[in-house]
Amino acid sequence: MCLGIPARLESIDEAADDCFRTGKISFGGISRTVSLAMLTEAKPGDYVLVHAGVALSLISEQEATTVFEYLKESGELGEEGLAEEET
Amino acid sequence: MKHLSEYRDAAKVKKLLSEIGAVVKRPRMLMEVCGGQTHSLVKNGILNMLPEMVTMVHGPGCPVCVTPASMIDQAVALALREEVLLCSFGDMVRVPGSSKSLMQARAEGGNLKVVYSPLDAVKLALDHPEKEVVFFAVGFETTAPANALAVLQAAKLHLPNFSVLVSHVLVPPAMEAILSDPFNTINGFLGAGHVCSVMGMQEYYPLAEKYGVPIVVTGFEPVDLLEGILMAVRQLESGKATVENQYARVVRPNGNQQAQAVIREVFEVTDREWRGIGVIPQSGYKVREKYWQYDAEQKFGTTTDTTVAPTDTGCIAGEILRGLKKPAQCPHFGKGCTPLHPLGAPMVSSEGACAAYFHFSQAYEMIP
Repeated sequence: MCLGIPARLESIDEAADDCFRTGKISFGGISRTVSLAMLTEAKPGDYVLVHAGVALSLISEQEATTVFEYLKESGELGEEGLAEEET
Repeated sequence: MKHLSEYRDAAKVKKLLSEIGAVVKRPRMLMEVCGGQTHSLVKNGILNMLPEMVTMVHGPGCPVCVTPASMIDQAVALALREEVLLCSFGDMVRVPGSSKSLMQARAEGGNLKVVYSPLDAVKLALDHPEKEVVFFAVGFETTAPANALAVLQAAKLHLPNFSVLVSHVLVPPAMEAILSDPFNTINGFLGAGHVCSVMGMQEYYPLAEKYGVPIVVTGFEPVDLLEGILMAVRQLESGKATVENQYARVVRPNGNQQAQAVIREVFEVTDREWRGIGVIPQSGYKVREKYWQYDAEQKFGTTTDTTVAPTDTGCIAGEILRGLKKPAQCPHFGKGCTPLHPLGAPMVSSEGACAAYFHFSQAYEMIP
């Protein structure tokens, strides 16, 4: 639960209220919409660390690759609900 | 995979191990607080490679493990109400409460949906005005921003049918509870990297000073962990006790201040019960009065089923979470208690010490 998911920010969806600011991220072939409410300075092309659907840290591409490989090996992508949609 | 090798490089690992061996002069006990770090230490066999004088003790940083049974009971009771759709993080649903887990509640007709984010639960509330959507908001400082944001969004959308059942815990008060125990044996800490990426490092300086322990904010890869251990041992051997940052590539000294502001807006600090440990003063969050209409406990009342007496399963989670015992010292470990049939929470979550020891026991010689 505490391990963030690293991803590349592809695009930003501005909102009138920053509370609803979102962006499209992609990682390992999966894409998702995440909240940018708490990382309003993030720009497309940046790498971010996402916790429970909210981008919380800017990281380097190198760091993103490292963490992603770690999660993949640990089988934690599934646990974070990202490998596939659970019902 | 050049990037990866940098943090897994065998030569680098070997060099760090020999440096630790050269620096350490007396037996030292270090605790890694975060369950993700426990998982990595066990998985990578680091515990067996460390010099004999360095012992790693696994701390209480597994969110699923420390969520009290009484809160799971409340979530179960809510899931069983016809009008409620209870939403939860996936790793919470198999953890037993006093009588059953959320998964078992669903098998009995309860309404449970696993979501990746509390913001998904807000969307469900928007799409299903006929349902009372309740999100089971558990975790440490890493999930607090998302949970607080969900409440803020619901308030801005004037959503009448969304609420959170909050069981939030905080890392520094748990470290203080361990350090202030008269029988404490911990000489230093590896700080939880991702928790610090949100909250920063400032809260750790008073702890390091008051209790005279080094606290090294550390990442999750083998090289990160060994560097963190080396930095802590170096401090100990030179008589220092301060906060250092091994994980500077992710952790900024002040953390994410936008996230901290949202947390402060929605939550306030309160006493919290930790499963297996007991109540720790000022160790968690509750919803501020301003947002009580989004607080499931205010909305539905405390719904604990008091007719069910908690059964003693023989789980020693409390001793595991306080670092007093290792998983293999439990008589049920790997026998009556496995990830498929867990007696207690540390065997359920991948961040739990018991599950980590169980999963990697074949590749790795169990230490007593």
